[in-house]
Amino acid sequence: MTHPIAPDAVVHVSGLTKRFGSFTALDSVDVTITRDKIHGLLGRNGAGKTTLMQLITAQDFPTHGDVRVFGETPMENAGVLRHVCFIKESQKYPEDWRVKHVFASAPHFFENWDADFAERLIADFRLPTRRPIKKLSRGQLSAIGVIVGLASRAPLTFFDEPYLGLDAVARQTFYDRLLEDYADHPRTVVLSTHLIDEVANLLEHVIVIDEGRILIDSAADDLRGSATTVVGMRRVVDAFVADREVLHRDGVGGLASVTVGRLDDAERRAALEAGLELSPVSLQQLVVHRTHAGSAAFEVSA
Amino acid sequence: MIEEGKPIFVQIAEQIENDVIDGAIEEETQVPSTNEFAAFYRINPATAGKGVNRLVEDGTLYKKRGIGMFVAAGARERLLAKRRGEFRAEYLEPLLAEAAKLSITTDQLTDMIRTEGTQP
Repeated sequence: MTHPIAPDAVVHVSGLTKRFGSFTALDSVDVTITRDKIHGLLGRNGAGKTTLMQLITAQDFPTHGDVRVFGETPMENAGVLRHVCFIKESQKYPEDWRVKHVFASAPHFFENWDADFAERLIADFRLPTRRPIKKLSRGQLSAIGVIVGLASRAPLTFFDEPYLGLDAVARQTFYDRLLEDYADHPRTVVLSTHLIDEVANLLEHVIVIDEGRILIDSAADDLRGSATTVVGMRRVVDAFVADREVLHRDGVGGLASVTVGRLDDAERRAALEAGLELSPVSLQQLVVHRTHAGSAAFEVSA
Repeated sequence: MIEEGKPIFVQIAEQIENDVIDGAIEEETQVPSTNEFAAFYRINPATAGKGVNRLVEDGTLYKKRGIGMFVAAGARERLLAKRRGEFRAEYLEPLLAEAAKLSITTDQLTDMIRTEGTQP
């Protein structure tokens, strides 16, 4: 089966499978990443997010399937890879490097590198540039990655859980600078994260992966309101949700709280007239319900 | 500021409408740019743009080439008329439903509104 490649596709993946021994990390994945949009790549640990990004950035070979980046195969393709920046959770640097060495070498890898912007970000994150990298805290290491990812201005930038150890203030700085700079220099960004509540409003497109398969691939706007929680007396709730797909069910005593799909205006009015309360479901809750995960699998943002 | 359950671009459009209705942005003056809205509300610029475009399409805003977006003449009156039309469904019906649930009669409700309405 062949899929037509959309003209604004920066990445096109079809039938992509990756096995490690008997474990299937990605199972025949079809997905498109669109030019100049901020994408969220969401899912539980071990769902296949990092594997997918590694295959797209030619850090590993697929078992089956096809990957196209800017219309070409990325494997050993320097012309493609110099337009790609991949920021991962634990980047390794040469043993004897200081922070300033990272920023001195970055312009050689990224042709759009903005040294002034990097300087501003270094000040924003209060990064000590003379300090040896092995003496940095976890948060300072993450700050290096975030700064490289932003100042590289690569046409295709991946942030794979970029903020381990970054506190709430530093994460907000990252989101603010990302939005500002993206507005001035639109580019394709893929943000892989567990902190869904924090980034939900930044995303234009959401891809959710679970057990190696794509579970949601949708515009962020379309996902808002795609699920609703109905709360009220158990028998009234049960009657209302009777023939609907239930995403989640909770209850205490005679009360029930049931999450179902999208309700239209008439259905909402009917629910309110029946004395039920309706509450919206956040992207994070939606992902938790759809991936059948306990909420403990996702960090709760402050 | 941004709430769940409602598309963000709709909320951005409503926020600008509110600013026009209460006079925070006057007719024939410039509204902030899409990127300024995006930075202020911490939302995706494309989403902010969608909210602004919605108001361009219904004639609340208009575009001056190379300068930006401006509030159209007469926009405030048109928005007031639209919101008055929505008032019944948005406010009156839920009010009456809640009043019925609590066995508040229409007369009692009318009295409450009169009393509240005369508060300074």
